[in-house]
This record gives sequence, structure tokens and C-alpha cells, in this order.
Amino acid sequence: MGSSASNPNDHPGGKQRVTTMETRRAAWTRRHLLQMDDLSREEIEHILDTAESFKEVSTRSVKKVPALRGRVVVTMFFEESTRTRMSFELAAQRLGADVIDLQERMSSTKKGESLIDTARNIEAMGVDVMVLRHPAAGSATHLSQSVGCCVVNAGDGQHAHPTQALLDLFTLRECKGRIEGLKVAIVGDVAHSRVARSNLRGLLKLGAQVTVVGPPTLVPRSFEALGARVCHDFDAMLGEFDVINMLRVQNERIESSVFPSVREYVQFFGMNAERLRRCRPDVLIMHPGPVNRGIELAADVADGPNSSILRQVTNGLAVRMAVLFLVNQAATGQAA
Amino acid sequence: MSHTLLIRRGRVIDPACAIDEVTNVAIRDGRIFAVGRSAPTDAQQVIDADGRIVAPGLIDMHVHLREPGHEEKETIGSGTAAAAAGGFTAVACMPNTSPPLDSDAQIEFVARQAVRVGRTRVYPIGAITKGRAGKELAEIGLMIRAGAVAFSDDGDGIADAGVCLRAMQYVSMFDRLFIQHCEDRALAGRGCMHQGLVSTRLGLPGIPSIAEEAMIQRDVLLQRQAGVRYHVAHISTAGAVAIVRRAKREGQAVTCEVCPHHLLLTDEACGGYDTNFKMNPPLRTAGDVAACIEGVRDGTIDCLVTDHAPHGRQDKEHEFPDAPFGIVGLETALPLFVRALIESGVIGWPRLIELMSTAPARLLRVAGGSLAAGEPADVTIIDPETEWTIDPGRFLSQSRNTPFAGWVVRGRARTTIVGGEVRWALDG
Repeated sequence: MGSSASNPNDHPGGKQRVTTMETRRAAWTRRHLLQMDDLSREEIEHILDTAESFKEVSTRSVKKVPALRGRVVVTMFFEESTRTRMSFELAAQRLGADVIDLQERMSSTKKGESLIDTARNIEAMGVDVMVLRHPAAGSATHLSQSVGCCVVNAGDGQHAHPTQALLDLFTLRECKGRIEGLKVAIVGDVAHSRVARSNLRGLLKLGAQVTVVGPPTLVPRSFEALGARVCHDFDAMLGEFDVINMLRVQNERIESSVFPSVREYVQFFGMNAERLRRCRPDVLIMHPGPVNRGIELAADVADGPNSSILRQVTNGLAVRMAVLFLVNQAATGQAA
Repeated sequence: MSHTLLIRRGRVIDPACAIDEVTNVAIRDGRIFAVGRSAPTDAQQVIDADGRIVAPGLIDMHVHLREPGHEEKETIGSGTAAAAAGGFTAVACMPNTSPPLDSDAQIEFVARQAVRVGRTRVYPIGAITKGRAGKELAEIGLMIRAGAVAFSDDGDGIADAGVCLRAMQYVSMFDRLFIQHCEDRALAGRGCMHQGLVSTRLGLPGIPSIAEEAMIQRDVLLQRQAGVRYHVAHISTAGAVAIVRRAKREGQAVTCEVCPHHLLLTDEACGGYDTNFKMNPPLRTAGDVAACIEGVRDGTIDCLVTDHAPHGRQDKEHEFPDAPFGIVGLETALPLFVRALIESGVIGWPRLIELMSTAPARLLRVAGGSLAAGEPADVTIIDPETEWTIDPGRFLSQSRNTPFAGWVVRGRARTTIVGGEVRWALDG
């Protein structure tokens, strides 16, 4: 095991390319961030480079820039997620925006009012950006077609979670110095994961090779058509990966009989110290959080030198600042 | 004094009598009086059908009129107005109303309401089981007496094979058509679109093709024992078409129908999460579309239907998984079938008329589907060449949930005649 002093994942090359790219860049034109499918390679790099410059803000003693002063960001979370909501709220606050939070634990249909009705009412109060987390796939797209303000997708059903993919890409680039040519594994409940879908799209656009790993009930063959390699034998391929992104195991899946028990799952697809020894020494272990310690990730691996889990959380803030900043730029650019 | 209506110089297509020629049709006192040049010329009313097709009235055997219970989506009045505008002289309506059409009283209500406000004939389809719950047989015999022409639990296929077999045996006693919505619920799960590459990409739960095929395959086995005339509603997969083809080859009384959207659209159309592309069965793949078209060409598919399923904007304006299934179809079906089947050279007009009129009349054992002398004068006059743009804002249906808005299509009903009476005419 490498010590923290010789951490193989602190690559110095990451920052240098930023400044050269910045100079010849066109203005950002997307008012919404809905899914990775929409973004070109250049646009993804534009966001990551912008995030790079915002990351520095978090190291200041006064952690604030006035880029979004006077603007209103509303976080609309129709599904529980404390950390993503906090990350967005903090990102908006660091940009000087006013932030309001709609806490809605019930699905809109149960309440009788549709998502669009709710959103139009909120928009009528004068809102610039809506950050939406919703259990229905496609809800962010649906919302963006029905309101005039910017929409940022903070996770829609099993469809997309673009800011998670972007912060993962950012972390990868920071740690490995490149994304092109990296061999990345996404392990776990890929079928039901928006994180897996968005990461897959982003990684492929930036030239990585992606393998999705898990039992056939969680990793269906149809992912091959999306450009991933499908693997049901984790141990056979362990040594090939530069990066292993472990997805959270959802206990409720057992009830729908997609795998028999946590105990059995851990035996075949859990990441522990023993498996880590058979990985490349510089393998990067990622996790979108929150971690089920002892299930998909053993505690010593989660806290070990190969893990980038907390770095992902830190970077998430910078990436979300970049996204909020850019969609606002597009909105005001259009108004002018 | 008797009233005579003469339809002059149209291209008269009557597959039942093997007629396809430019000639006249005379209607007297609500019935077909004569077809041919010898038809009387001293009529009180004359319709010039030069350049038009004169056909036995179109019949749509799969329609949801929503009344009773969901009059905010459609009523028997508005639904039959839409039907007439689409060239249909008769529709068969499904029993998934609220309450469901599972008793003679409910069937009688629909039949009466149709006489009172209907612009076309309405043939009620009764539920097979009480409350469409798939458990106990409904009063099938009494419903027939009240006017039910066929039986189906519609949106819910009968899951229990034992109940299904007994229901088939019971319906066979009356020689009525047994219509099944084929979908294994356990396989379909919470699916809201076709399960495949697109659903994987969109993160939407999918309905696999085998959910449809498994039930059809089971029912084909049950039918062999029960002997009922068994009909697959809105067939949509290549595998399903193959199962029906095989059953027919083995001489089984198995028939099926197909909707225009399953001949024209694929699951790719769900990419924008527009709920007007959400229906059940869902839009499938290009391979499935090709198989359905081939099924029409080789006669595996017996008739064409709309599965007209009106929903208001308030129902459809929801997140994709939460929105209800279904699209309207009565006012767009004819040109869409023309696009899918005639413009592509799969079939000609006589076959299209057969599939939209003669075949459903025979399956349901109702009048119509023919211009033989003495038949009720249900006639549709079609302009086969006119080009027009589908504009949901002009629909007579109370609902506008169509995926075909803005399509430029060819072919349209000009005049719809029911029992010798003009019930709808374009531009007047």
C-alpha cells in the first residue's frame, strides 16, 4: 500500500492545460444542464476548466465571489438527498445568489398538483435557476420545456445525474492528469443507476474505456449498445482497471429478487483490501456516496490512499459553482 | 314517400362483393338499394364522388369513449363525433369505464346514450370478469342480450390461466369474440416504455416484448382447448406476430389487430420524454414495426384499429412514468394507415377498406362492412389524394393527445353516412 506521501493519484499535470484552453473559448450557450448526452467533449472540458478556477475560491478565507449576486436559485428536491442539496446550496451561496429550498417529500401526483404547476408557481415569484431532483426519469427535460428559467438536473429517476458525472470526471482528471485512454470500471447496480448512465456517457465522450460490472440482473447486456463492456466476473478483470467506481448497493433491490443477499453480493462484487491488492497499485477507487461501509466498500479501502471519496465531495462544490455560473451566463447572454 | 340518396361516379370499393369500379351507389330508406350504372337517377339527394373512393363505412373495433366516469376526457357524443370525422360509421367501445361495463345495466346505458347523442353506431364490448378484476366471470349472457358484441377485460389481460380458460369456454358458448390485452404484469412491472436500448439510455423502466408474447403464447394453448374465437388486441412485437402466424397455420381461431402508431413510430420517439408517445403496448423497435407491416401484408394481422385513448392535458402533463398510457386516434387513423401501408406499397385501397371495414364487421358479427343491396347504408366517401396537416386544435375529440401533430398526411374522409344519413361532411 502506498503511503499518503507517495500518493500515486496526485497528478501535477491537471492544472496546466486549463489556462491555455481558457483563452480561445466561445461563450456558454446552454441555459439548462439536463444530461451528459447533450454536451460535446469541448463543452464538458469547458465546465471542468471553469470548475478549476472556482475551486480556488474555496481555499480563500472569504469563500465568496459576486458572480450571481441578485440572482435566485431554488433547489427543488422531490427525493431525499442531503448532500447533493447542500452542495448545490453552498455552491449558489458562494456565487452570491439568493437560495431558497422547496422541500417536497411527496410525488407531485399524490399531492394533486403536477410538477409543472408547482414549478410555474415558483417561477412566477422570480426565479433564475431551478435545481431539480425528482424520482421520475425525464422530469428535468419536462421541466425545462415548461418554464423560462434555467434548469439544472440534480438527478432524475434512473436517467441522469450530470453534475455527479462532471465532478467524477473532474476528480479523475485531477488525479490521473488525463481521461483519454483510461480503463474505468463501474461496479454495482448499473441498471437502476443514473450515476452509472451519466458517468458512462461522459467517460466515453472524453475517450475512456468503460466496463460495467455486476450480476446480469443489475448489469444488463443492453449497456453494450451504449458503448460499455459488460462484465459479470469482477475478479477476472480486477488488474486491468485504472479507475473503479463503486456504486451504492440498494437493499430494496433484494425484495425484487435481483440478487439474493448482501452477503453473497459482497463475496462477488464488494471492494475490500484483498481485492485491492490484486488491482493496479495506482488504481483510483471512487464512490458517489453515501457509502455502505462493509458492503460495496470495506472501510479500510474507503479511507485508504487509493480512495478519492472526500475529494469527490470537495470537487462537487466547484463543479456545481461552474454549472450554476455557466447556465446563468447563457441566460443573461440571451437576454442582452 | 321513400327517400333516395345517390352517390355518383365514385370509385366504389366493396371487398365483400368484390367490387372496385367507378360507378354509382343508391341508398333508399337507410339501406343500400343498388350499386351500378342501373341505379336510379331520380334521387332527392345527390353527392358527386368524382375522384373519391366510396366504401362501406369504416369500423373501429378498439375505442375508448370514457363514458361513463371520465366525461372530462371524452363522451359518447364527442368520441363518436371524432369517429365520424375520421370516416368511421361504427366503433366498438372498451369496458374500462368507471364503473366498468360489466353488467347488462351498464351495456344498456352505453347503447341508449349512443342512440341519443351518438353520431356513429356504437357497439359496446363487455368486461369478461366482474370489475375487470380477473377473478369472477361477469354476466356475459345478460350483457349480450343488452347489446354487447364482444368481450374483453381490456387494459388488464386475465393473469390467472384457470380463470382465463373458463372465461374462454364460457364465451365460446355464445360464439362471441374474446379480446385479450396481452401483457404479463409480472414481466411488465412498472414499465412505461419498450424495454430496450432506448429505455436503458433514458433510465425509464421498460416493458419487455416477452410480457406481450408470453401471454399470447399461453392464450394460444388455452384457445386450443376452449375453442373460442380469440383475438389479440393491438399487437406490437415481431415475436407476437410470429406466434399468431403459427397458430393460424395450425388452423386455430386466432386473430389480431394493429394500431397506426405501431406501424409508424419506434421507441426512439420517447427520447424527448413527450408523454404523447406513451401508450400501452409501447412503441417498439424498427424490427417490430417491420414485422407488424409484414403481418398486414401476409394476412396474419386481420384488421386495423386505433385504440383511441383520450386523455386531457392535465392528465398527460406529468412526468413520463406518472402520465397515463394512450393516445387519440379516430381523426388521424385513415391517413396514417395510408402512409404506413398504401404509400409504402404494402397493400392497395381495396385491401385497406377490407381491413378497416369488412374484417371488423365479420369479427364482431355486426352489420356493415359491405355495400350489398339491403345492407344498412353505412358509407364512407374518401378523398384519397388530399394533403392536409394534422392539427389537434381542430379535433372534435375532447382530447388532443396525439404524437402526430404537425404531420402532413394524405387521404381523408369527406363524407360519413350512417343508415343513409350524412353524419359528417368535410367543409360543411
